[in-house]
Amino acid sequence: MATAAHPSTPLTVPAARGTCPFDPPPAYEQARGDQGLTRVRLWDGSSCWMVTRHADIRSVLRDRVFSADSSRAGFPFLSPGRRALTTDRPSFIRMDDPEHARLRRMLTADFMIRKVASMHEGVRHLADELLERMAAAPDRTADLVAEFALPLPSMVICLLLGVPYSEHAFFQRCSSTMLRTDASPAEVTAAQREILDFLTALARERRSAPDDGIISRLAAAGELPDEEIASMGRLLLVAGHETTANMTSLSVLTLLRDPEQADRLREAARRDAAGDGDALDTAVEELLRYLTVVHSGTARVAVEDVMVGGTLVRAGEGVLCMLNAGNRDEDAFPDGGRLDLERPGARRHLAFGFGIHQCLGQPLARLELRVALPAVLDRLPDIRLAAPFESLRFRHEMGVYGLHELPVAW
Amino acid sequence: MQVHVDQDRCCGSGMCVLTAGAVFDQRDADGIVVLLAEHPAKQDWDDVREAESSCPSQAITVEEDQAAG
Repeated sequence: MATAAHPSTPLTVPAARGTCPFDPPPAYEQARGDQGLTRVRLWDGSSCWMVTRHADIRSVLRDRVFSADSSRAGFPFLSPGRRALTTDRPSFIRMDDPEHARLRRMLTADFMIRKVASMHEGVRHLADELLERMAAAPDRTADLVAEFALPLPSMVICLLLGVPYSEHAFFQRCSSTMLRTDASPAEVTAAQREILDFLTALARERRSAPDDGIISRLAAAGELPDEEIASMGRLLLVAGHETTANMTSLSVLTLLRDPEQADRLREAARRDAAGDGDALDTAVEELLRYLTVVHSGTARVAVEDVMVGGTLVRAGEGVLCMLNAGNRDEDAFPDGGRLDLERPGARRHLAFGFGIHQCLGQPLARLELRVALPAVLDRLPDIRLAAPFESLRFRHEMGVYGLHELPVAW
Repeated sequence: MQVHVDQDRCCGSGMCVLTAGAVFDQRDADGIVVLLAEHPAKQDWDDVREAESSCPSQAITVEEDQAAG
């Protein structure tokens, strides 16, 4: 590579994006074309390996030689806040099997495909209601994030967990602080503590006044202390609304910028309504691949020496898997920089991660996107951007990429 | 073609059900993989191979028939 960084000045990650806000940082895409893994530097001056190729990311994330346990020496942290977060009740995404499997399996039935499919009508009803309320705005403008993209998945995950949606301002503020890579350790630990205390109290309350939510069921099962239930609840609450919310708003923006692909989505939605959902499935997978909102790097540490993509990773060395770079890898996705809602094999994307920690809620995320995107285009056929594209604020500093606001008009 | 699943390794992602729904299902109790067809029909072979490679926890193993090359 002609412009490869000099070996004595390694790339610092997370790196900045280039001119197109939908594309991964150019430095990641360049590294993908280089030999082996890339040595990178973190905020604290430590070094780790960056993994950018699709095949290498798959092999790292499904190899049990790589641990997700952030208490192990050498585990790479993306920010001071991230490091602080993992000292207070880490959830099972920061554990290895068998502890991880024991906890995850208490939740797998809630998110299995058949169970989630049964929620379709309920999610569609919520989406229609939100859009109806939004469409009533007299000036025919709204922030799609605040009025639709964020409340929809927030309401759904609250229903599943048995968390009162009336508390949404509170937990959205906490999760937003926890996801900010520029937040101080004190800020993120305080936000996490607030949410854990809230959910611990809720678990206690559900023991005497049960409902049909997940927290109530875990509390009734009596296998876990309230603090552990709170930790699982926090993971589901944060992951359950931030990811889909940002995928929804970013997808709508992408489609507003690309009318041809928006027409393809409309056509896919028409076929879905007529009983053939394959095209809509593919369209959603392609948007997940192209946008990859979990963008800051999935961290692991090697527990034994292991070869990855021609590079020896030694025991105790950290790796960061750049899912957004892997999802543009030409070897896995020819012409990967182009959005093609009819792309064959789009489902091979890494947007939900890979390995035993692959997103537990992925069937729910797919369902929400399958409902939300056609609903927006159907209810607001003349939807357009209500601010200059250049003025939009993208979530560069957040663990989940997306938009802070999406002003639209119709 | 012969398919094996390892229910201890399975993490319940459901990728196999999305990819080859005629061959894989999820247990109601915990979403763990259930094999519907140990010897899948030829028309499903490509999907089964894709399910093997896209299984995040390597819980699926496919044995190709020798004769089929």
